[in-house]
Amino acid sequence: MIYFDNVYKRYPRGHEALSQINLRLARGQMAFLTGHSGAGKSTLLKLIAMIERPTRGQIFLDGVNLNNISNRKIPYIRRNIGIIFQNHHLLYDRPVFDNVALPLIIQGYRHQEIHKRVRAALNQVGLLGKENNDPITLSGGEQQRVGIARAIVHKPLLLLADEPTGNLDPELSKEIMQLFVRFNQVGTTVLIASHDLELIKQIGSPVISLQDGKVAYNGLPFTVNSDQYA
Amino acid sequence: MRNNPYKKSWFRSYIGDHLRVSLASLGRLYGQPAATIMTTAVIAIALTLPVGLFITLDNIGKLSSGWDGSTQISLFLHTEVDNNKAKQLMSQLKKNKLIKTVELIDKEQGLEEFKKISGFGEALKYLDHNPLPIVLVVHPNIMENQPGRTTSLVNELKKNDMVELAQLDVQWVKRLYTILEIANRSIWVISTMLALAVLLIIGNTIRLDIQNRREEIEVSKLIGASNAFIRRPFLYTGLWYGLIGGMLAWSITLISLVLMENPIHKLALLYHSQFRLSGLNLENMLILILISCLLGLTGSWIAVSQHLKEIEPS
Repeated sequence: MIYFDNVYKRYPRGHEALSQINLRLARGQMAFLTGHSGAGKSTLLKLIAMIERPTRGQIFLDGVNLNNISNRKIPYIRRNIGIIFQNHHLLYDRPVFDNVALPLIIQGYRHQEIHKRVRAALNQVGLLGKENNDPITLSGGEQQRVGIARAIVHKPLLLLADEPTGNLDPELSKEIMQLFVRFNQVGTTVLIASHDLELIKQIGSPVISLQDGKVAYNGLPFTVNSDQYA
Repeated sequence: MRNNPYKKSWFRSYIGDHLRVSLASLGRLYGQPAATIMTTAVIAIALTLPVGLFITLDNIGKLSSGWDGSTQISLFLHTEVDNNKAKQLMSQLKKNKLIKTVELIDKEQGLEEFKKISGFGEALKYLDHNPLPIVLVVHPNIMENQPGRTTSLVNELKKNDMVELAQLDVQWVKRLYTILEIANRSIWVISTMLALAVLLIIGNTIRLDIQNRREEIEVSKLIGASNAFIRRPFLYTGLWYGLIGGMLAWSITLISLVLMENPIHKLALLYHSQFRLSGLNLENMLILILISCLLGLTGSWIAVSQHLKEIEPS
């Protein structure tokens, strides 16, 4: 599903965010991306979502070389991806329903289909019945779940999450992570950037650990020693 | 696009999205009435000014075309031309489409008139023959605002062998037309500048709108919205501004005309004129609104093409 072939990313100021990244994430797999802040987790996710482009190397997404995608075609790549942010990125000028429906509207789904899918997505994150609420009236955890519903409503092949539990207490974090596990179980490829070591160990999915822009560890979480991704 | 039974067809999706977005942007304008009223009022005023000037000019043109009717060309024939030949020429001239009527003043009539007007009546008795030529008075068919045709008619008549002198005694009409022409040009200049102003107003309003919706644009881009999808609501907002502004401009013009009509009619009656103020007909109104819409669309297009590129998710 995701394949990094010797990828470098250097920002204009000369700071090398990623170097020599070789990675492979199979379809239907779930993995965690860990590392100190500044280790390059966000940059790596941004490269997949085509928010940034690599300085060198190639990235393949579902067999497509992203270097061959023109800027005009980026939206169509992104439609296969669901992205979840630490700070939700919800639109506060419209109710929950409209927030979740946005990807479907963009992709031109039928009216009835939008209703069906939005309700299904809200049901999956446990927010059914809150369609007409304003996002601002919801708690942090609920807002995050609205963000997740929006990311999965169009059934993307790949789910990217950048510190989805960063602002939540352990109990809520666990619930959110369980949601990701469930999406993974129905076939979605999931890549989560997180530094919640305890939670990662409980889930037991593979870990890709970044250090100074390089892959420091790639394997199961049980064998990694904790200072590699504090 | 691949076929998906859950998605609308390309065409339906396109039409549906346009409908949805146009209504949504109208709703957005309705939701912030103060800002909308101010922006559309500025647009309306900027459009009303040139419209008013054009109407004024048009009316002056119509008014002066009445005066033009009094234009006449006096053809002084050579003295050796006799009445018969003059009458031949007269009937020949009457066939010319540019000529409405021709009057013949023969030598005797001319002498009588001259005696009356000049006061030299007694002195003229001593002349052994009548020195006056036959005069043909030609009333041209006046086409509106076409002073050039009258002049060319005069030149044509001059070429006739029997004509010694052709005199058009309406220099002032020509001058008036020249002044009107200058006024016309200046109004075009003013209109162009005001149209640019409208473009800038709408462009700036849309720019602010884009800035206010930065978050929405970023999120939409991340979710896979195409540039056209993101552009659309702003273009519709510009279009609505143009449409509302244009209709407002038309209403202001209409009200002003109603306010002016009575006094102008009274003034015209004082001059024994049947002149009536003419306003905007349906065609002009549609043109006004069309131009206004185009300005709105163009203004927002400029803003959108400049500022949407700057907003990329990070």
